[in-house]
Amino acid sequence: MSDATKLPLCLPEHLRRPQRRAKRHGIVALAILGAVLAGAVLLPDGALSVNAATRAQPPQPAHLMGTDLLGRDIAARTLAALAQSVQVGLLAAGASTIMAVVLGLAATFGRMADHVVGLLTELALGLPHFVLLIMIAFAMGGGTAGVVVAVALTHWPRLARVLRHEAQTIAASDYVAISRALGRSRLWVARHHLAQPLVPQIVAGFIVIFPHAILHEAGLSFIGLGIEPHLPSIGVMLSESLREIMAGHWWVAAAPGLGLMLVALTFERFGEALRQLSNPAGEEA
Amino acid sequence: MLTARALHHAYGNWQVLNGVDFDLARGEVLGLGGASGSGKTTLCRILAGQFTPDHGEVLLDGAKFKLARPGLPGPVQYAPQSPELAVDPRWTVGRILANATAPDPEVLTTLGIREAWTNRRPPQLSGGELARVSLSRLFHPGLRVLICDEITAQLDAIEQESLLRALIDLAGRREVALLLVSHSSSLRSRFCGKSVELGFQGKKVVQGKAAFRA
Repeated sequence: MSDATKLPLCLPEHLRRPQRRAKRHGIVALAILGAVLAGAVLLPDGALSVNAATRAQPPQPAHLMGTDLLGRDIAARTLAALAQSVQVGLLAAGASTIMAVVLGLAATFGRMADHVVGLLTELALGLPHFVLLIMIAFAMGGGTAGVVVAVALTHWPRLARVLRHEAQTIAASDYVAISRALGRSRLWVARHHLAQPLVPQIVAGFIVIFPHAILHEAGLSFIGLGIEPHLPSIGVMLSESLREIMAGHWWVAAAPGLGLMLVALTFERFGEALRQLSNPAGEEA
Repeated sequence: MLTARALHHAYGNWQVLNGVDFDLARGEVLGLGGASGSGKTTLCRILAGQFTPDHGEVLLDGAKFKLARPGLPGPVQYAPQSPELAVDPRWTVGRILANATAPDPEVLTTLGIREAWTNRRPPQLSGGELARVSLSRLFHPGLRVLICDEITAQLDAIEQESLLRALIDLAGRREVALLLVSHSSSLRSRFCGKSVELGFQGKKVVQGKAAFRA
């Protein structure tokens, strides 16, 4: 008995206390999300405007992260860009999650539906997804809508596969057969037997897709297929900074790059912690 | 009452049931035996309407019957081997018992369901307690046949005895026919009026030679 109680102490921290870990990462991620959104809203008027008097200034007290060639404050612009990215990311990840849920659950409605979903999932997983992203965004003519649709259409398969597997295991169980024999409809079974175990998976899936969505938004904007150049966007800022880096203006890339990394990384870790919590066996989500 | 004629069922090349006839009378307690892989569970699931046989049909009072209709529990119910898999592990006992119809006090008393279990979940019950919970929710007013697939296999002799006695007592009062599947011929001879064996006694059954191939 004493051996059994001591054993978990040998495990690394994230396996020992997955709940506490998920909570900690969640608080950090949501605090950063809140700070970004609040900061963008609280930006003073004119913070994003062009100012010829302050062109290409390195970091200094008046402009903490410096200014770009048009005299715009990099810190303010980064904050606004991150808020923009987060909104696009939430929308794209949400759309992608909805697709995954619909397709994952559709697989339990008969063999034919399952074959179709299985085929679609394998097909989508087999395609190099950044190429697909570029093609979809290009076909949509770029812009915010293009990014959202492209990310939504390319990020559902992994979550759909996890949900499909889970839903099939439950749908084939004896207790579902008994509920059916006791006169319960498919819909009732879905609501009462499926929803409870699947909701945590869906939430974890959404959180895992979210940083991908942000990064892809930045990537697409960087190559000019994403958010319109006049809107503040991390991808646009990084792409503009390319010219300035050659002039030695390193700070133009530093703030947007680090900001993007910070937001993506905290959500990546939060999603990973949640995924481990809902699926300790460690199947890839 | 529950009859099946010329049932055939195969899993791929493996012919499990090869022309099985089956009769169960009203209120009868019938034992079903047979070696592992002889198709006992397959036969049970076909009788309960969970599987469709390759050939043959199952009739209740001479007519085809529906497994269940929305809101109306089916007349034939199947209790699977392990009670742990027969209940949703996330539900409370109270919710499990009220799945189809409001729990019947007579059923609960006879099968020894305790009120203290109401808010517990399946992992917090013993195997015997879980078996009782799993069985009692199947006793809805329209129940005609209860198929018990080795439900006492995991229980010790004393628990087996008391559970089966309670079950047969309850089924007798409600004229529910019981099909008790068990490997133990002594258990069948003690509790069942009649007993049939798959693969023997003139049943046209090809025994699953490849039972362990999978």
